[in-house]
Amino acid sequence: MSRYFSEDHEWIEVDGDIATVGITDYAQEQLGDIVFVELPEEGKTFEKGDDAAVVESVKAASDVYAPVSGEVVEANGALEDDPALVNSDAEDEGWFFKLRLSAPDELKSLMTESAYAKFVEGL
Amino acid sequence: MSESQQTENTEEGTEIELGMLPLDAWHRAQGGRMVGFAGYHMPIQYEGIMAEHLWTRAHAGLFDVSHMGQLSFTGEDVDAALEAVIPASIASLATGRQRYSMLLDEEGGILDDLMVARRPDDIYMVVNGATKYDDIGWLLEHLPDEVTINLMDEQALLALQGPEAVTALSRLIPGVEALYFMQCGGFDWNGHSLWISRSGYTGEDGFEISLPAEAAEAFADTLCAMEEVKPIGLGARDSLRLEAGLPLYGHDLTPATDPVEAGLSFAIGPKRRKDGGFIGAERVLEYLADARGMSRVGLLVEGRLPAREGAAIYDENPHPIGNVTSGGFSPTLQRPIAMGYIDAALSEPGTPLEIEVRGKRIAATVASMPFVPHTYHRQPAAPKGGSQ
Repeated sequence: MSRYFSEDHEWIEVDGDIATVGITDYAQEQLGDIVFVELPEEGKTFEKGDDAAVVESVKAASDVYAPVSGEVVEANGALEDDPALVNSDAEDEGWFFKLRLSAPDELKSLMTESAYAKFVEGL
Repeated sequence: MSESQQTENTEEGTEIELGMLPLDAWHRAQGGRMVGFAGYHMPIQYEGIMAEHLWTRAHAGLFDVSHMGQLSFTGEDVDAALEAVIPASIASLATGRQRYSMLLDEEGGILDDLMVARRPDDIYMVVNGATKYDDIGWLLEHLPDEVTINLMDEQALLALQGPEAVTALSRLIPGVEALYFMQCGGFDWNGHSLWISRSGYTGEDGFEISLPAEAAEAFADTLCAMEEVKPIGLGARDSLRLEAGLPLYGHDLTPATDPVEAGLSFAIGPKRRKDGGFIGAERVLEYLADARGMSRVGLLVEGRLPAREGAAIYDENPHPIGNVTSGGFSPTLQRPIAMGYIDAALSEPGTPLEIEVRGKRIAATVASMPFVPHTYHRQPAAPKGGSQ
């Protein structure tokens, strides 16, 4: 398994042709207290960059984009009952959805963990 | 997620340089996350909006509201001159008393909302930060030359709000505990002159403190060293005022809204209603007798998805009956709440409605405001018909 990161502060964990997508710890920290996550339905297909989910914090709504193209195979139902999971465990239990990759080559344009750490440092 | 640190985008899309308030360095030292607001760098949050909100409802929160405009009015016949422009009763305003009022245009549209108080040597007014320069221009245009307006930009303005505010502030400044809601007076702290009113924008008991900018940092440090007090950012200020049902200028109040539909008729006293004589009076008196048909209401939103500003509100018919003007998640009630304008015929609390959020209809119910009860320290009503 390997983990990638996007400039929109998403992490993408790839296992075979399935990618698990969430927002990074840096992103949840910037958003503040998360009170609702609107997740995509199973079977929905995205092109890279499509609006995929919406995160509502106390102060504002923010879009989450599909970091890669694919079809939604699962959404994290735990976030419905406990959206604050994204604050407490953004990069593990607070995952958003799983995609079946339709263009695995797109992964090449994403960052590694160390490159993302540098990217965040420069913000 | 990418709020600019240096500039603020205006509605016209141009960037303006942000100003620095007296407590700028202090906020940063406290871990405040700074954003552009009303033309200044201001803290949106320190430890988190939810925690800060709940702290204020349980203890005492210190807010920096130095971006607001503090105005002093002096001169011959200043009372009559102000009454000729704003709908507040100034002549009957005793020294040490404060009232809520508005600036209205000729059509009765709201240009700003404000607090006005009589001090021993002037009339003191606090207006919104984002509108203060427009307000001054408008006031200069409409007030006679005999009245002098001074923008007190050498003063900071802090608010201490919450059930423990009186305990904390009276420890520092004995005597403030004797003030009732909407009363105010001059006090001294370490040789600095402070003007303190018992009022605020959270629905809680609390105080607003005008003090010299050079004293602000030491004063904030002294308060925050107390176990009751933490600094609170703009984020929680907004969620607190929303729970308190208090309108926010530029969102819930605009030149397109009038005081009657906004639910602010209380700010126009009996004498002003009878005699008029303020800018916009003709329209406002007409609306008081026969309202225009919209009404500002509270909305309890079902589920967990917040309905925010701009969302359309529906009854069972296909056309919207109004719009959300402020909305968000209520930390106290742990559910989304909103405020908006709807057809007054549907404004009865309990009326079931729907709000459209990103193409989905969400159930909502008209609710009486405040959503969370006010806990103002009001002066007890004088007993009626008592013996001599």
